[in-house]
Amino acid sequence: MSDADPDPPANTGYDEWADALADGGYFIECANGHGSLPPRRVCPECGSTDLSEEPLPKTGEIATFSEIHVAPSGFGEDPPYVTAVVEFGSVRLTGIVRDLSAEEVEIGTVVRPGAERNDATGNRLIVFRPA
Amino acid sequence: MTGVRVAGVGLTPFGEHAGRTGRDLFAEAALAALDDAGVAGDEVEHLNYGNFMGALAERQGHQAPIVTEAAGLRCAGTRYEEACASAGVAVREAVRAVRSGENDVMLAGGMERMTNLSTAEVTESLAVAADELFEVRAGVTFPGAYALMARAYFDEYGGDREDLAHVAAKNHANAVNNEYAQYQREVSVEQALDSPAVASPLHLFDACPITDGASALVLVSEEYAAEHDLDASVAITGTGQGGDRAALQDRTDIARTPAAADAAAEAYGDAGVASDEVDLAEVHDCFTIAEVMALEALDFFDPGEGIGAARRGDTTRDGDLPVNLSGGLKAKGHPVGATGGSQIAEMTRLLRGDHPNSDAVPDATVGLTHNAGGTVASAVVHVLEVAE
Repeated sequence: MSDADPDPPANTGYDEWADALADGGYFIECANGHGSLPPRRVCPECGSTDLSEEPLPKTGEIATFSEIHVAPSGFGEDPPYVTAVVEFGSVRLTGIVRDLSAEEVEIGTVVRPGAERNDATGNRLIVFRPA
Repeated sequence: MTGVRVAGVGLTPFGEHAGRTGRDLFAEAALAALDDAGVAGDEVEHLNYGNFMGALAERQGHQAPIVTEAAGLRCAGTRYEEACASAGVAVREAVRAVRSGENDVMLAGGMERMTNLSTAEVTESLAVAADELFEVRAGVTFPGAYALMARAYFDEYGGDREDLAHVAAKNHANAVNNEYAQYQREVSVEQALDSPAVASPLHLFDACPITDGASALVLVSEEYAAEHDLDASVAITGTGQGGDRAALQDRTDIARTPAAADAAAEAYGDAGVASDEVDLAEVHDCFTIAEVMALEALDFFDPGEGIGAARRGDTTRDGDLPVNLSGGLKAKGHPVGATGGSQIAEMTRLLRGDHPNSDAVPDATVGLTHNAGGTVASAVVHVLEVAE
């Protein structure tokens, strides 16, 4: 069902945010200190519209993960691959773990974020590597 | 506010219906429900219809007029979509329409056709229920998302794969006698443990199957049931809905499902029923861990206690609170857009006494259904009671 699309439509806000992960990245913080990710007009936690871009912590800790053996059609990543949710201060990111086997990944493992391109879809792909 | 009765229920068998169209599946369930109710199709004032992935599976959007026509109804219809909770919200809105006095006779239910797609295509289609930008692009599948929740649960509260295998074994045992179930066979704890990994820590027998099927309910006002001398002994006395952030990464606690807790609190309050008055429940066990988290969100067990419920026998057919006597999504099957209606159809049969497993709950008067969308970013809870 998925045809490879090397040049997918833009998602303004998200695209710039994902690309910036190569240089450390940022997140959105509201006046009350709640974190969120773009595109964002209002804090989903408290409704504040006083939002600013703040630098993402350089490393984060794996909060949960799974080694996925059955991938969606057309995804491009060969299973099995490890997907993890990683906590960076007041925000969490979801991405694929590189350079660690499933046996080596644990809750609490410290990683740094990065962004690649998914060759099959052309989409940005959030990745984590051991810090 | 008028009361709402379940006048009739209809189901297709759940499983693989090779070559059958979605419209034909729904028509079968709808006609069965009208027949069960003893209500003519031209009495129905509106169809509330649940469907999730029809635009992907059959390239058919705008399904309400298609299935309204297929069922021979003379009214308009509306399609509801909240992923796997689509039929749950369709029923809830039908209940609200009857209560408001706007309608006396509603048909509510849903349909999903899935087995015409390959497993990889179904995986892709179901993933559409997750957050495209922040989850799906990172390889999160439907099993993968529940695997992330299971790992977080084990880390926070303990428990292991064997606890989950007991959930699978229980629900398969319940499905053996259910003529509508996809898998009318037992699965042992050992078989569940030995099945191949899908998304660690979840294995194949932690997951519900890929299913074609449809469900339909005829819902009427108490007054209509009395005026037409309908045999409608079961009432829907409570309804509630809850919501949460779509992406797991944005939840405060990945091991909990507050949307279901909110839906349950609303439904309990609406019905005037406490959780300890519930005699049996049908919960959304798309994965074994989902049943565990549901039991805790519905206030049947404290956090961390739900994981051992099946293993201890608390939720087996002989336990204090039988859960998923239909076989659940796990063994009865999960045609996603039909499931919320199927749960209420099964609960109605269980309470009326005409379900193959009604003998497990001969004195039951209060049942609860729990239907979830995505990773429980949407949840719908209904309370059903024997009214007469």
